[in-house]
This record gives sequence, structure tokens and C-alpha cells, in this order.
Amino acid sequence: MIRFRIIKRKPLPGWAKIVIPIAAILATLILAAIPILLAGGHLWKSYYYLFHGALGTRYNLLETFVKASPLLLTGLAVAFAFRAKFWNIGAEGQLLAGALTATVLGVHLGSIPPVLVLPIVIIGGFLAGGLWASIPALLKTKLKVDDVVSTLLLNYVMIHIMGALLFGPLQQPGSSWPRSSAIVEAACYPILMPRSRFHLGIIISFVAMLIIWFINKKTTFGYQAKAVGTNIRAAHFGGINTTSVILWTALISGGLAGLAGVGELCALQYRLIMDISPGYGYSGIVIAMLGNLHPVGVLFSSLFFSVIIVGAQTMSRMTGVPTYIAEVIQGMALMVMLIFLLFTEYKIKVQRK
Amino acid sequence: MGKNDQPVVRMSGITKRFLDVTANQDVSFELHSGEICALLGENGAGKTTLMNILFGYYACDAGEIFIKGEKVNLSAPKDAISRGVGMIHQHFALVASQTVLENIIVGTASRKGIFLDLASARQALVRLQERFGLQIDPDARVWTLSVGEQQKVEILKALYRDVDILIMDEPTAVLAPAETTDLFNTLRSLVKEGRSVVFISHKLNEVMDISDRIVVLRAGEVVAESNTGETNARELANLMVGRELLESIEKTQLAPADPVLNIRGLNVLNDKKLAAITDLNLTVHQNEILGMAGISGNGQTELSEVLFGMRFPVDGAVQVNDRPLKFGSPAASIQSQMGRIPEDRIDTGLLMDLSVEENLILENHSSAAFQTYGLMKSQKIRNFCEDLIRAYSIKTAGRDATTKSLSGGNLQKVMLARELAGEPSLIIASQPTRGLDVGAMEYIHQRLVKERDRGAGILLISDDLDEIFALSDRIVVFYEGKVMGEAPGATASREQIGLWMSGVMA
Repeated sequence: MIRFRIIKRKPLPGWAKIVIPIAAILATLILAAIPILLAGGHLWKSYYYLFHGALGTRYNLLETFVKASPLLLTGLAVAFAFRAKFWNIGAEGQLLAGALTATVLGVHLGSIPPVLVLPIVIIGGFLAGGLWASIPALLKTKLKVDDVVSTLLLNYVMIHIMGALLFGPLQQPGSSWPRSSAIVEAACYPILMPRSRFHLGIIISFVAMLIIWFINKKTTFGYQAKAVGTNIRAAHFGGINTTSVILWTALISGGLAGLAGVGELCALQYRLIMDISPGYGYSGIVIAMLGNLHPVGVLFSSLFFSVIIVGAQTMSRMTGVPTYIAEVIQGMALMVMLIFLLFTEYKIKVQRK
Repeated sequence: MGKNDQPVVRMSGITKRFLDVTANQDVSFELHSGEICALLGENGAGKTTLMNILFGYYACDAGEIFIKGEKVNLSAPKDAISRGVGMIHQHFALVASQTVLENIIVGTASRKGIFLDLASARQALVRLQERFGLQIDPDARVWTLSVGEQQKVEILKALYRDVDILIMDEPTAVLAPAETTDLFNTLRSLVKEGRSVVFISHKLNEVMDISDRIVVLRAGEVVAESNTGETNARELANLMVGRELLESIEKTQLAPADPVLNIRGLNVLNDKKLAAITDLNLTVHQNEILGMAGISGNGQTELSEVLFGMRFPVDGAVQVNDRPLKFGSPAASIQSQMGRIPEDRIDTGLLMDLSVEENLILENHSSAAFQTYGLMKSQKIRNFCEDLIRAYSIKTAGRDATTKSLSGGNLQKVMLARELAGEPSLIIASQPTRGLDVGAMEYIHQRLVKERDRGAGILLISDDLDEIFALSDRIVVFYEGKVMGEAPGATASREQIGLWMSGVMA
């Protein structure tokens, strides 16, 4: 009889941290062949158009960055919260809070000096997302309310607040659609590359990644958040103010998601609509896990996701494989990565008896 | 003792490796029915590993196992349990939120249709309790029980499964003297019925007291085997550590100076909202080790938690270095120049998943020495940690190594290094050597004496009487949240302390 046992393995050398995600992505692409073939697609053609569509032309490459920006921000938001074991499933609602606030500010700030408008919009969006996230953080620290549930449910609260406002006070005068007026020009993110949509928000999200990396690695707050996430009792015993750490973590996490909302509004839509986010907040959870909660990991996983999302459009147009394949691949990527990560710590031993 | 020719357990040529470490090397072991066999050895000698193999928890790399004459292939604990082998680990496998009865029947429950047949399970449990004198309320929730009571639940759980070969891993490590006596009575009544017990321990006196036969392991190999009556503690100690071992702490006489800890009228409730400490008055002076003896569960944990800032008292006042202590704030306790060694170093004291360095700087990472404007001074931190690792001879792959990769003794050294680095004027050491081997214990004892000689006042809370007697300048006995009696360390009699510990005012 053959038996399989799962046993611990020796710690892997440093290069494994790079090789394993790459191997996971390759394995995902191999596995993705199954649904592509089932959908009647031609395998090589499909993959060719998938990557060509995302990276093959200047415009498509820049579009991939446009798509990666909100994914990077929500991915960072989730990763930063999870590191302190604040289970923020609510990046979607925080993103909407950011977009909503940016709309209100962006529509009404026409009368102040134009240079001040964008900073106010960005800070406002950040704070709105952060404050929205600090509600479940307060509930968690003061009343021990489960943060998974409260962050998730607040997403729906925010969607309906937004809906009520878009059918009410925020609705564009004269419009019958649930959409706001356009923001003033000074509130729009500048386009940084001609003949593209490569905008300021992409730089902001990249800088945010560097800042989070720096906070995690170099600051006392980053250390405290890690300690709280590892063992909150021991962190408390060691004199760390765990309540304050969780609140600040929530504020920063929600703020990052809020920035994603500001970017979508001020760089792409210019007015608030109900489907301003196709679920970037939820994708952020997957991206954070895929990136192993590390800021650089989150950068690469958000790029991978945007390649798949952008490329799937071209693939679908050229081969007839539905764009839903992109979501299948995203799901597979997470599963494969989690399995690969498991095998960095454990191995299977075959025993013959 | 009725030893049959046929051993109930025979293990031969057992070898087990973990990565590079050989835990057991060609070990042979026999257990006879009706005997208590002690497996003696220092921490890391391979005792627990060997028994985990017998329990089906680990697979051995080489060797054979026979249980009741039959060659067996154990791939999981359930295989061992079905053959009557039960093991009680140091960390109990109980569901804290469930009752004693629910914990005992889990996985075995007799059913009536889709319902649990709790009534007949309860009857069976009560019969077992009466037979072996293991009195515990079957409806008590496990989290409300003391460690000693939880151990009884574990034993009942094994007996309920018809275990006749019971392995106990360091069962007394968590027990107070009186609880240990209770446990020994239980074990004796078990073997009287023809069951067999393997008693894993590194405590010589207990092994001499309880066992019929002793097997000594050192560095994964059997170095000696003997009937208990034919050996003595000194010989065993030599076999166990491979060197002469005699713990005698050199202590100079010092006159206690000013008080560093002053507790007045302290009242504290436990988790069950019952009185844990009643009107406690206590003073610890500079240059003094005050040993607080007592059976665990008499309010010692609650007292240390109040001092550590982890629990609010009902009323009372605590002064540390003549300044009132702010309650309920670990940060305030740290600020008061208090070195805190909690009894639970794994869940409370240390961040096991973080590095040694990250643990060493836990309490002072935000001091001006290690940060400016929230930026950590990594070079200063590195030097600080490397100095501590050297000063306390912490055996670790480096300051970046994960703390959980350290052995128990080295974990406690990390704890001490962190807490004593700031030369605190008051040290609260709660069960500082619980579960440690002799070498680590000696090291920690010497450290504490050194701190006392430096001028610190130390409150040593321990249920290990040897430790209390070896270190204390003054001994108080804690019983049901009150001081039962006080005696000078030099002249206190064990008998007197023992009486106080069991609540007898003499």
C-alpha cells in the first residue's frame, strides 16, 4: 500500500521567493489551457492574443498600467490590513467612499485656486476611505465585532448610500441616469503620456507601494503592526497600544482603497456612475494573497491581473473565447499560488508499506 | 509488581530523524503490564519523540514496534488508541469552551438515533471517576478548570477509550506539589489494575518516587536502564546529563534595603468573576528574592497579571519604586522599571513567529535610543541584540532566526534578556523555569541571584518548592488568594511550607 504523508521541509533558500511565484504563474497558464480549449479556442492563438493584447503595442501596454493602478492600490490596502490581522474585506466600499468624496469635492471646488483642487480631492478621497474603514476597526477594538463581517457588510451600505445620492442630490441636473455632474477640470488627473490614458494615478499607486514598503520595513509603526498581527496578546504585553495600531492600520488601508476610487473617478470617468468599480476591492483581496502580503509581491500580482484582464479583451475579439476566461485565470492563479506556498513549507512523502 | 514475560510494548531499533537532527538512534524500549516505567532525560533527549512514535504521531525511519505481542504499523494516533495506547501531551488537546463530558466523549459518543446518548456516557464517566478518584464536575466548562483539573480530564478521556497503556509527557511540569501527589495516586491505582504507564520526566525525585523501572535517554540514545530500587538520584543525574550535577546556588547574605514593590489591600477577581486575591499586603525589598510558594491556581496568575498590566484589580494600591502603579497598562508597568517574566512565555511573553531581534526590542523599540520620528535605527538595534545574544549565550542561528526555532531554554533566555536589559529595580518572575531542563534552570537561577546581588528586588512566583528553597531570602505561601504564612528562606522547613500550601494553619 502506498501512503502519502505531508511533512515539514527545510527552509527554502532566498531565490525560491522569486522562482515560486513565476512557477505558479506558468502553472496557472498551463492549467488555463483546459477552459480555453473547452471554450473552443485555439490554444496558441489564444495565448498569443492574450499577451499581445496586453503588452504588444504601446497603447495596450499603457492600458495595462491604467488597469493595474486601482488593483495595486486595493491590493496594498488589503495586504497592509491583513499584515496586522485586520481582516479588511471592505476595500470595495472604501474605494466607493473615496470616489464619492472626490465627486462631491471635484464638482464643487470650481471657485478655489486650481492648483489646490487636486490635492484636496486626493486627500479627501484618502480620508473618506480611511474613515469608512475605521468604523469596523472601532467596532472591532471597542466592541469585539468581527471585522470580516463588518467590513464586508459595509460595502453594501456604501453601495446603497452611493445609489441614494446618485438618484438624489448628486444626480446631474436634467439627467434621468444615476450619474453625477462632471468634475471641474482642475480636479482631473493629468495625462502623463500623449495618445494614451497613462495618468497621474498610476504614479500615485506606485509611490504608495514604495511608502507601504518603507512603513513595513523601516518604521516603528510597521514593526508594531507586524507584532499585533502575529500575536496581539504578546504585543499588548510588550506595551504596544494595540487599539491605536489597528485604528491607524484601518485608516491607511481604507485610505489606499479610497485613492483607487479617486483615480477611477478623476482619471477615467470624470463623473460618478454606479459601476465605477467592477469589483476592484474584491480583486484586491486576491491580489494581496497572491502577492503574499508583500508590497512588491502585490505590485507584480496586480500587474499580472491587469495583463490578464486587458489581454482577455483582445483574445476574446480575435478568437471568440469569452472574456470570462480572465476571471477563471485569476481564480486559478490564486489557487495555484496558495498550493505552491504550501509546498514551500511542506512536502509530500510517499511511503510504501 | 506483576511483570509478565511478554512485554505489552516492545520497540526495537527505533531511529527517527528530523531534517539534520537525529532524535532517536537505534532505541530499544520495553514496557511490561502493571508497571510505571519512567523515561528520563534532559529536554531534547528524544523521550517525547520516542513516545510520539509509539502513539502513531510520528512514523519512525527505522525499527519495529510490537504492541501486546503483535507487530504494528501505526500511521496515526487512532491506530495506537485502537490498540489501547493513549498519550497525554504537555499541551492538552481539550476544547476550552466545551464541558468536561463533551470533551471526554468526543469521537466516541454512543448515539441514540441522531442524538448523543449523553446520559449513558455520563454514567460511564461517573463510574470511572469513582473507580480512580478523579473528581471533576462533568458539566464544568474546560476553560474554568485549573491545569491540574484539565489533566484529570485528559486522563479520564484516555480511560474512557479503554486505554491500558498510558503515556504521560512531563505530566508534573504544570502541576503543584499537591496535585502531583494526586496524580501519582491515580497512576498507582491504574497500574494496580494491570494497566501500564510511561512517565516522561526530567525530575529525578519524582521519577524515583513513582516509577518501577527507569530508562535513561541522552542525545537520542538509551544510556541506561534499571529497576528503580537499584539506583539512586545522583547516579541517574550523572547518566542523564553526563556530568556531575549538584545545584547549589551561591548566595551572599545581603540586608534587604528599601521596598521596591508595595502591595496594599489588593482585591482581584478571576475570569469566573470570583475572588482570586483577597486583601493582599506584600512588600519586596531591594536585594531580596521573595519566594511566593503555593499550589498553582491560588491567585498567583492573577497577581502577576495585575502587576504586568494585563488585569484590573477591584481595589487596592500597588507602589513600584515609591510611585503608584497605573493599573491595566502594560506600558505603565514597563515604565515603572519592572522586569516581567510571565508564566506563559509562548502566548504572552514572546512573538514566536517573529525574529529573535524583533522580540528583544519589543519593549523599547520606541525609545529614543532605537528610533527617531518613528524611523527605526537598525544599526543600533542590531548591536543591542547581538550584545544580548552574546551576554545571555542564546543559542540561535542569528538575530534574524524565527523565535519558534529556539529550544525552551533559549526562549526563556530571550525573555530574560529582554526584561533584564534595562536593569529593572523590580523583577516579577512567574514560574521562570517551568518545563525547562536542568541546565537552563541552573542558568536562570544564577541570573536571578545576580540580579538580586545587583540590587533588584525579585518576586519569584513558583510552584516548584526546590526552586523556592534554593533562591528565596524570604518565603510567603499563597493559598486561596491570601498569604498563609511567611518564613525566612534560610530556616523555613519544608513541612511547614507544605502545610501552609495545603491551607493548614499550624
